[in-house]
Amino acid sequence: MKAKTRETLVAWGMVIPALLVISIIAFLPLFQTFYNSFFETGLRPDIEKKFVGFGNYVELFKDDRFQDALKNTIFFTIVSVILETIFGLLIAILVNQPFKMRGVVRAAMLIPWAIPTAISSQMWKWMFDPSSGILTKLLEALNIVEPGVPILAMPNTAMWAIIAVDVWKTTPFMALLILAGLQLIPEELYEAARIDGANIWQRFSKITLPMVQSTIGVALIFRTLDALRVFDVVFIMTRGSVNTETLAVYNRVLLMDRAFSGAWFGYGSALSVIIFVLISIFAVIYIRSLRIKLE
Amino acid sequence: MSVKTKRIIYNIVLTISVIFVLIWCIFPFYWAVVSSLKPNSELFDPNPTLWPKSPTFSNYVKVFQERPFHVNIWNSVVVSGITTIVTLIFGSFAGYAIARLHMKGKSFVMILILAVSMFPQISILGSLFVILRNMKLINTYLGLILPYVAITLPLTTWILQNFFRDLPKEIEEAAAIDGCSRTRTLFQIVFPMSAPGLVATGLLTFISAWNEFLFAFTFMQKPDYYTVPVAIAMFSGRTQYEQPWGQLMAAAVIVTVPLVVLVLIFQNRIIAGLSAGGVKG
Repeated sequence: MKAKTRETLVAWGMVIPALLVISIIAFLPLFQTFYNSFFETGLRPDIEKKFVGFGNYVELFKDDRFQDALKNTIFFTIVSVILETIFGLLIAILVNQPFKMRGVVRAAMLIPWAIPTAISSQMWKWMFDPSSGILTKLLEALNIVEPGVPILAMPNTAMWAIIAVDVWKTTPFMALLILAGLQLIPEELYEAARIDGANIWQRFSKITLPMVQSTIGVALIFRTLDALRVFDVVFIMTRGSVNTETLAVYNRVLLMDRAFSGAWFGYGSALSVIIFVLISIFAVIYIRSLRIKLE
Repeated sequence: MSVKTKRIIYNIVLTISVIFVLIWCIFPFYWAVVSSLKPNSELFDPNPTLWPKSPTFSNYVKVFQERPFHVNIWNSVVVSGITTIVTLIFGSFAGYAIARLHMKGKSFVMILILAVSMFPQISILGSLFVILRNMKLINTYLGLILPYVAITLPLTTWILQNFFRDLPKEIEEAAAIDGCSRTRTLFQIVFPMSAPGLVATGLLTFISAWNEFLFAFTFMQKPDYYTVPVAIAMFSGRTQYEQPWGQLMAAAVIVTVPLVVLVLIFQNRIIAGLSAGGVKG
């Protein structure tokens, strides 16, 4: 046997265990989800399985609750990703300046990211408590909300509270990603610009921004992927009530709550497929933007 | 404006911004600590104070007496621990093959792995539940470890293959010339040399398994099998309307402190791992 063929065999032998686990636990269920989305079926054994073609998809697009969930998801994604990018860039520039305790600040920035979302959601829920929450008190003092109005139970404030948690958790991490890009900019560029008389804004828009553009782009797409499937924070803060239900939250209701009482499993699978396709679009853009060297 | 005034304004803006960022990052955690130390009378005071007037550890005692929180911690430790070990083993083999060996179909494997790392978990939730139910794995550790290995493997493999790629190739080539077999090179040279990278990656895997909520919430349906995030999300008082926030914050602090410490260590590791993993001898 040729040496190269032998090496290929060894390599595949080393990759196979990982591929096997991924295939059984990720790809097999994915195919089943696609398959089930064409049937009317439930999780109780006595519910009869019936082929309905694209029926579930047609029904879904007529479903008001689906449309609301889609709108909420898109709103959440756009607002949180924009805020995280802007704040992330500002904080990255800040912690790129030389000052005492810079290491401490950079370390502190990892804390929001490290706390499990389920736990930080509860921490924030407590800060938004209607009677003794510290943030409720602050927002009341600043006249942003009226006293006695429960923030997490009102349609016009609940989603913003959820976005606040997500922005808090993700912005510092985004900042650290962008910081990595900033550190690659040679200091000489700024020196030269200063000598040529460029002001702060010109240095920012003509040097900083173009140089970190691709880093921001990659981080932005990655965050979009993440935001489109948001579940934990919404589920824990509001259970999807008062106009905050996202696609993933509605999907779980269909698959796990309703599918045991009626033939909702196929319908839920159709929604799973839609979420998958939606995210795949951004995933493809993301993979392309990384421009992976394949050898 | 003179250069000196400019300097002063710059310093003031910088200091205020830094303080703001610090408060922003730390305050929710600080508030959880403060709340956990307050007795109920202070906790539900309509005018909350920024530190406890008469601090008490009673919430920390009650969280283990009134609910099986130690069991939840144990569940999380077992599930995340085993997940990390299995993922590291599978991931380092796959990562090494991708980084170093000649392999037909490598780009296919890489794209496959990258694609799975972006899978929305919700898209496989229903079918995975049915599979696990058929295998009688609902409410078992294995029923959570298997999905966790699958969802953490892609990223782990990816980071490790990047890491192996950056190791100096000369050492392995020298070993080959000296007659060292591929397997021996792998176990006696490559893996020991990669220890910092393996530790850093392992911590990342551990954290993502420890933090996972959706699968744990769906596949573990009895309170005795809840992992930490699920137990904290499902926290309830004696009645529906009475949320024991003091205990809840105590629980949150107990599981967050080790995590924060780990991350602070991990931060140094990543720098050390990248710079010190180089050639020695």
